[in-house]
Amino acid sequence: MVSLRTLLARPWIWSFFGALLVWLATIAFTGGYGGGGMITAALSLAVFTVIVGVGQMFVITLGPGNVDLSLPANIGLASAVAMKVMDGNDAMIAVGLLAALACGMAIGAVNYLLIWALRIPPIIATLSASFVIQSVDISYGRGLQIKPPPGFADFTNWQVFGIPVLAILTVLFTIGAGIVLQRMIYGRSVLAIGQNIRAAWLAGVNVGRTRFLTYTLSGALGGLDGALLAGYFRGANVDIGNEYLLASIAVVVIGGTSVAGGKANVPGVWGAALFLVLLLTMLNTFGVSVGVRLVLTGLIIVGVITAAGGQKALR
Amino acid sequence: MLRSLLPALSLALVLIAIAWLNPRAISYFGFSLMLNLAIPIALATIAQMFVIAGNELDLSIGTFVGFVGCVTATWLKDAPLLGVVILLGSIGVYALLGALIHLRNLPSIVVTLGMSFVWQGLAILILPKPGGKAPDWLLALMAFKPPFIPFPIIAALLIAAVVHFGLMRTSYGVILRGSGGNSAALKRAGWSLLRTKIALFALTGLFGVLSGMALIGITTSADANIGNGYTLLSIAGVILGGGEFVGGRVSPIGAVIGALTLALAASPLLTFMHIPPDWQVAANGAILIIVLAARVLISRRER
Repeated sequence: MVSLRTLLARPWIWSFFGALLVWLATIAFTGGYGGGGMITAALSLAVFTVIVGVGQMFVITLGPGNVDLSLPANIGLASAVAMKVMDGNDAMIAVGLLAALACGMAIGAVNYLLIWALRIPPIIATLSASFVIQSVDISYGRGLQIKPPPGFADFTNWQVFGIPVLAILTVLFTIGAGIVLQRMIYGRSVLAIGQNIRAAWLAGVNVGRTRFLTYTLSGALGGLDGALLAGYFRGANVDIGNEYLLASIAVVVIGGTSVAGGKANVPGVWGAALFLVLLLTMLNTFGVSVGVRLVLTGLIIVGVITAAGGQKALR
Repeated sequence: MLRSLLPALSLALVLIAIAWLNPRAISYFGFSLMLNLAIPIALATIAQMFVIAGNELDLSIGTFVGFVGCVTATWLKDAPLLGVVILLGSIGVYALLGALIHLRNLPSIVVTLGMSFVWQGLAILILPKPGGKAPDWLLALMAFKPPFIPFPIIAALLIAAVVHFGLMRTSYGVILRGSGGNSAALKRAGWSLLRTKIALFALTGLFGVLSGMALIGITTSADANIGNGYTLLSIAGVILGGGEFVGGRVSPIGAVIGALTLALAASPLLTFMHIPPDWQVAANGAILIIVLAARVLISRRER
């Protein structure tokens, strides 16, 4: 049995603790009303942050300077691709999902190609790529009014006893990601590169391939997320992924992953995503204005990172 | 050698492209128009350059410029004293952030990410909908029309010269860059890394304030989202200007040239080239990629 002390020593427990605290504060405010519905809503919204958060986590774990800034543009384009391929037809759901995945993977691969060929920092590479992707999306998705196939929209909103099925699947996916990270050669290589890229290379880790796979994985998850978002919100949109740039980085860091690389934390991504979504719900319930909500969100992010602090700086 | 000329070369290339596409643009009036927004972009790029010199990154500079803009268009006009106090206070906040990042060993990316929400929220609280008005003296300054050379060019030269002297030619400038180049050596030599970090962040805050004020002097009124694009523009400007993310290797002159290139490339060039608005963002990305590719080719040849 895990004792309380070892449980508290886990860095990810704090993000869940924060989420719980925010939830309790909200239902205390509403007098216990809507507590369950709030968790259902939080779970269904957190899913989208968790999926891109895991991709971003693998990228950030690669070490100083690695970050994928192309995720929002990627999500936007993939949502349009998915909706166009599915074309409102239930029979095309699988094909549309595959198309969105392929689109995301291609973006990830191009990102790494830029980093490798131009030897530029990933921040600039993914940033320049995101400009280009954004334009492709604006041009490709112009006036796109296609609704998702009814079956797909129902699937993304499907709940069993108040628990979104998508959330259950995402929990399974994150468990898989945890196993890949801790138990498989690829995951160990990512951690090794993040700890010391030169040592990893000398130890025989195929650094280039691992980095390529990681950026492709992040891209693929961005593509998948785009398709699911389009299903959940019933339509594609150029701006659909905008909030996931900050959110994906924030959940990774609040979840206890080291921004210096080499130390990742999968459960923390869930805790942090729930924390952020519940925080937003809480501030909305309190009825604060947009400005106050933004200020508080920012101060809480800075506060959490300061409290968790003490890590090596990112670069 | 060729590498240090690259920022100037890319600017020249953009200018040649403009001259070829529309010769009439190369005139006093044309430059005043095309470089309209060059001053705030150059100031924001310089602001970003200071944190990059210390191996940090500021993802909040865009929303900070927006916040300053909102303060400038409201309090600085209606209650100048209070406005000045708020702007000085916001520079103080930047200095505190530098101290916090150093003392707690925090990743600047995340701290400034959080601060970007704070500045944006404050800006919305000050100015819930677009409006306000720039102080008259600021409008007069930004509308200044010197003979022969358009004001944006003179201002850019002035900014580049002042910052170049301060950061590249003074002894404390060397210390500031050294904090990004080899902080361990600097520490052993007895310099306070806390102080250098505070100084770099305070300078970022100062130039962020100047950028926001210059922007409002041009647009005459403010909007909480007015500066949002500046975060990415400023990072791109520093890199285009030959700066590097690590090692304290930055160039104020290069940064200003990078900012001018971006300002020129942003819309006039693309409109002359008949690139549809859909693809203008892509063209910006492509210009960045091409310049960086050219840089790789040149440094390979020089090795």
